[in-house]
Amino acid sequence: MKKIKYEDIGSILNPLKNLQFFARKPVTEPLGPRPAAEIYRGFHLNDMEKCIGCSTCQKICDNAAITMVKVPHLKNDPVNGIRNLRPAIDYGRCCWCALCVDICPVGAIELSREYVHTCNGDEVDSYFMLPQEKGMHGTVEEKGWTKTETNDLLDRHRQKMGEMAPEERVDNFDEIVDGFTPEQAVLEASRCVQCGMCHDSCPTHMHAPEYIRAIWKGNVEEAVEWMYETNPFSHVCGRVCTHRCETACSLNQTGLPQGSEPIAIRWLKRYAMDAVPHERIKEIAASKKSATRTGKKIAIIGAGPAGLTAAFDLIKQGHEVQVFEALAKAGGMTRYGIPYYRLPDDILERDVDVILSMGVKIQYNTRIGKDIAMEQLHKDYDAVILAIGLQSGRSTRIPGSDHKDVHSAVELLRKIGSVRDDIKAEKDPGFEIPRSAVVIGGGNVAMDIGRSLARYQKQQYGEVNMTITAIDAMENFPADDVEIKESLEEGITIIPSRGPQEVMLENGRVKGLRTWKVISVFDDDGRFAPQYDESDEQLFEAEMVIEAIGQMAETDLLGEELTEQLEWQRGRIKVTEDGATSVDWLWSAGDCVNGPDVVHAVADGHRVAESINEALSVER
Amino acid sequence: MRPENYQLVALPNSDEYELFIGPNHPGIEGNYAFKLKLDGDRVISGKADAGYLHRGFEKLMEGRLWIQNLAIVPRICVPDPVPMEVVYSLTVEDIEKMEVPLRGQWIRVMQLELSRIASHLFTFGGHAATTGMYTPSYWGVADRDLALDLFEELTGGRVYHIYNIPGGVRRDIPNGFLDRLSDYLDYLETRQNDYDNLLFTNQVFVKRARNVGVINQEQALEWGVTGPNLRATGLAFDVRRDDPYLIYNELDFEIPTQTAGDCLARILVRRDELFQSVRILRQIIKHLPSVKGPVRAPIPNPLAWNVSMGESYCRVESSKGELAYYTVSDGGPKPYRVHVRGASSMHAVQVLENMAVGQRIEDIAQIMFSLDACPPEVDR
Repeated sequence: MKKIKYEDIGSILNPLKNLQFFARKPVTEPLGPRPAAEIYRGFHLNDMEKCIGCSTCQKICDNAAITMVKVPHLKNDPVNGIRNLRPAIDYGRCCWCALCVDICPVGAIELSREYVHTCNGDEVDSYFMLPQEKGMHGTVEEKGWTKTETNDLLDRHRQKMGEMAPEERVDNFDEIVDGFTPEQAVLEASRCVQCGMCHDSCPTHMHAPEYIRAIWKGNVEEAVEWMYETNPFSHVCGRVCTHRCETACSLNQTGLPQGSEPIAIRWLKRYAMDAVPHERIKEIAASKKSATRTGKKIAIIGAGPAGLTAAFDLIKQGHEVQVFEALAKAGGMTRYGIPYYRLPDDILERDVDVILSMGVKIQYNTRIGKDIAMEQLHKDYDAVILAIGLQSGRSTRIPGSDHKDVHSAVELLRKIGSVRDDIKAEKDPGFEIPRSAVVIGGGNVAMDIGRSLARYQKQQYGEVNMTITAIDAMENFPADDVEIKESLEEGITIIPSRGPQEVMLENGRVKGLRTWKVISVFDDDGRFAPQYDESDEQLFEAEMVIEAIGQMAETDLLGEELTEQLEWQRGRIKVTEDGATSVDWLWSAGDCVNGPDVVHAVADGHRVAESINEALSVER
Repeated sequence: MRPENYQLVALPNSDEYELFIGPNHPGIEGNYAFKLKLDGDRVISGKADAGYLHRGFEKLMEGRLWIQNLAIVPRICVPDPVPMEVVYSLTVEDIEKMEVPLRGQWIRVMQLELSRIASHLFTFGGHAATTGMYTPSYWGVADRDLALDLFEELTGGRVYHIYNIPGGVRRDIPNGFLDRLSDYLDYLETRQNDYDNLLFTNQVFVKRARNVGVINQEQALEWGVTGPNLRATGLAFDVRRDDPYLIYNELDFEIPTQTAGDCLARILVRRDELFQSVRILRQIIKHLPSVKGPVRAPIPNPLAWNVSMGESYCRVESSKGELAYYTVSDGGPKPYRVHVRGASSMHAVQVLENMAVGQRIEDIAQIMFSLDACPPEVDR
């Protein structure tokens, strides 16, 4: 660098040296707009199909330039995590910082390289616009600032939760996952963008965004308060819920190079419930109880999630509730269907205890239709709720399926669950454990029975010899992915696309299951009509065959007269949206109406309770 | 405006009168008022008023998420926004004990130096214009524009780059960027003679700027002068060297000084600094390709980011002087307090007021511009 001396005053002629500029080529810039840089932050683009309307862009916008606008013709399906809201940008406020791009969970919103927009008088509204894929003038070919792995602002990956290794867990019924530590829970909760898709998709509309935020703030009691607004089975749902919320979660995205896992909403719920002392949970639940009594009496048949949720709501509203349970303990399928390693009994017990502490009375070992007649209930109570669940298993009705060693999964699970009523010891389920078994079915129930029996096999014989087979292809198995993964880890063989044809018998004993290869499950109209390749036959040798292909309700408790009175729809009692049957004193809720699912049963319980409360209030 | 600025001149029979300069005038890069009391052409006293650009940045920042403030901070100094982004990020990183990946640090320094060049080019033009010479201002702005082109390519934004983020920078450099940066530096070096001839060794300008607005080192230290204005009084203090941040201690550069402490000395320091920045950038161009790895450390979800409880004071050398942020977190999702120590807040208030005394009215604009003050830095 040439030095300049401060003392040097320079020549008066120095500027004249710049006369040389007359000889230089003039610099001219074209008048039209210059193309902007490749990652220019110009006007917005939004891929309307990709955008899920989660409004995260609106939340990060530092100038409140984004308003979510309803676009009626777009898909609105919160259960699958899509709303028909789309961001509209106010360019009077936007500062083109592109934080909306960086935070977008799906990568739908991007910026273009466009930077010129003019309008006159009556078009001033054009500064407030709904970005489209092709930009505000419909002419954009090249994108500017887009989402990359580097500028993605979201924390895409779940906190890793501790769990038992397959070899540790396969010979016992201990709970597999550890649950979050407080630190993990706060970090996991911090990932949430508060879009509320989880709330919309949850059958009982749990306030997940609120309780996740409360956990993030470190206030687990507040979280539990939010949970008890909508779900008295939060302990259970914190462990075994089908978590539609996580499917709908904005962060549940495929197709991003960095990957994206949904918030572990179910485990966060479990964490908060476990973190608050039981007595405090009781207080929280009781705080919403009405002080006045209505004097109305309601009978509920079945102490499962649907029945007890309805009981919880009705007792809060000031009614008197009596629950009748055919078995020795409360919980329904959550106790007698879900194995201990997924839902320990003492956890279920806590939920039931909270409900009992509200004043709900349960009469156990009482089978309606046998011990008490329905007519009697009608006489003694103002309303009756039928929450009997789906207690009997469907059969394949293939030859040999009537053999005594062919069982339904629910029946065996109930036996396993009943044994636990008396002895915590896990050795004896009350029936002989087969050395080898084959389960027909690809749902969670099939996995439950397969994995439970595998544990007994390991305990009694030291090895697992369990096959689960279903007509579905592996990717179409109705069971949760994690169930399939864990089953395989535990040494269970899963064989997809096999159609059961016959239970093979030899000398009066079950020898195995003969199957054909499935070519297709549904016909062109989407009806269940499996096609087989008969040349591809396979025999699974087993001492026991278990059918886990679906469940039915046992409705004989109704009695002939009532069965006649009721309207039916495809084998199920026909109910209105509120769960009211065609008989004015009888409501029905839970699995027997909506099919097997805990959180649906809870939602149903609320609906029916609300409907009964309304009906009884009118009478009053 | 403060009420004392409305006071009438108390001596109706003297030759003293009051002159209100601004808020729009050529002496400064923004809206800034200067109320002078004059006796003929001679300034008796002056009162600076920054209130015309009040946006309340510091207060605004308390109401926004940590990350949302990134879009605000560059606005505190439009001609030289990068140090604002960097020092804000530095304080957050300091509180969170976050480590910025090395590559991110190199890219930050690259921007800081490019921004210094852009800012000094702007000042050359501005300073010259206050003496009635307009060609350097066209040149300065045109050459600065080429730097902004580079910023546009690097960050997606020409003026407000919003490119730094706690943890590093938002994206890696584009392909071929260093080549184009190198071309720009070559070009700047070819321009050195032109600028020297037109401005720095032009007798018309030199005579106009010499011995105007003089401060000595003692005064400078007492009034809190930093940056090129301090170095023009002979003290080679530079945060980059004396309290190194990022990777400045790995770089080889000089701290240019002058001793006269007048307008000419100040602009000559800036001229030399510009070419020191060119030197630094050449080193970065050479080194950066060998620094591999990510450009930023991951941060939690910005919508639910509770920055740990704590406070941090970080300073950098901006083109205006020592720029520092004092950031306090109460452990929440938003800052509890952010205080900006804008370099100009000293220069444009007490320094200017003191310096103006005894000067002639026609030099006031030049004195103001030679301090290179940025009004939003004064009224944050």
